[in-house]
Amino acid sequence: MINYLPILILFIVAVGFAVTNVALSAVLGRQKPGVEKLSPYECGIEPIGSARERFSVKFYLIAMLFVIFDIEVIFLYPWAVAFKSLKVFGFVEMVIFIGILFICYFYIWKRGGLEWD
Amino acid sequence: MNKELFIFIIIASVKVLLVFGAVQFMVIAMIWLERKIMAHMQVRLGPMRVGPHGLLQPIADGIKLLFKEDIIPQKASKFLFILAPIMTVVPALVTFAVIPFGDTITIFGRSIDLVITDINVGFLYVFAVSSLGIYGIVMAGWASNNKYSLLGGIRSSAQMISYELTLGLSLIGVVMLTGSLSLVDVVNEQSTLWNIVMQPLGFFIYAASAIAEVNRCPFDLPEAETELVAGYHTEYSSMKFATFFMAEYANMISVSAIAVTFFLGGWQGPFLPPVVWFMIKLSACLFFFIWIRSTYPRLRYDQLMYFGWKFLLPLSLLNILITGLIMVIKG
Repeated sequence: MINYLPILILFIVAVGFAVTNVALSAVLGRQKPGVEKLSPYECGIEPIGSARERFSVKFYLIAMLFVIFDIEVIFLYPWAVAFKSLKVFGFVEMVIFIGILFICYFYIWKRGGLEWD
Repeated sequence: MNKELFIFIIIASVKVLLVFGAVQFMVIAMIWLERKIMAHMQVRLGPMRVGPHGLLQPIADGIKLLFKEDIIPQKASKFLFILAPIMTVVPALVTFAVIPFGDTITIFGRSIDLVITDINVGFLYVFAVSSLGIYGIVMAGWASNNKYSLLGGIRSSAQMISYELTLGLSLIGVVMLTGSLSLVDVVNEQSTLWNIVMQPLGFFIYAASAIAEVNRCPFDLPEAETELVAGYHTEYSSMKFATFFMAEYANMISVSAIAVTFFLGGWQGPFLPPVVWFMIKLSACLFFFIWIRSTYPRLRYDQLMYFGWKFLLPLSLLNILITGLIMVIKG
């Protein structure tokens, strides 16, 4: 576990740096707020409606596909590390695994899951 | 025992500060170099006023930003608005902890590895940390309470998670060849032959995904100013804006450092000292980023997503199969 200590040190340094950065401008910069200045930017016109708008369901779909594929990627890491000792057996196993995944992938593709209109 | 621990912490702290300082210096240097190189590629001069050939321009910009008014929009969620730049820049800086930048050296009879720390899951660490940067961007987009910021933030996160997949998959070929997740092992493995020779397809996929992952041209959709003003950091000003800017450059340096470590032999090289070799390779990668930016026009959003999901993803799975097949045949 001692190997993780330097990471903690770097983390503390980085957080300290970032917080100082953000705090510094609040202290040093001049503050002269106004109603227009504090309103959301909308190309110069009066802001219309709320910014908490609904957005395309496609983004949710992408997020779900990401979770599915990312789990697969994580599954591949230990396999890749042990590949040299697994040899042919490991290779065949992975061909089957990626094959099943490819079937799902083409199903998503054909159902239009990857389309943007 | 206690004394040993104390010395260990001292050495670790010195290495951390050295690397941190080097990254900060490179960020500043990159801002100047990018403007200068792009200017010359477009047959203009670029910054010339501040210092010789505009050399002090980034410092002047920094001082200017430091004294700018720090605006927090009234409707913004204040806590998340302030937290977002911190959440973006910290992962970008922490990635450097496991990247080896030189061989073991001996100082005062004590051998020191030129890497902040060598952990056996370095590879997973890099990906875990670099994917945390997305949270900062989503937070910034949502907390600003601005339509442009929200759309920019969502687009950006969708793009980053899409390309993170191929980024992870492209390096699996290298892990298969090395048989280890430690970055030090990956570099040591390449003493005779760089991985780019064995994994040309992997390198291509990595390069494309890395550019998309750090939101650089031609994949800089989240910041497409003609449609989204400035994307997720539209509402940010002063040093908060500078922090986002810094995170972008730090990310660029970290993905380049990973490319050097995994594909270009790390610090390995003849004649020159290892650290110099590492810097040369890193600079070459960074130059490549600028070169690409001034060469290619921006993609459309649907093209970007098609490229990631319909082209790079199957290609990266194919790369793993080909690598596996060749390794099995060779025995």
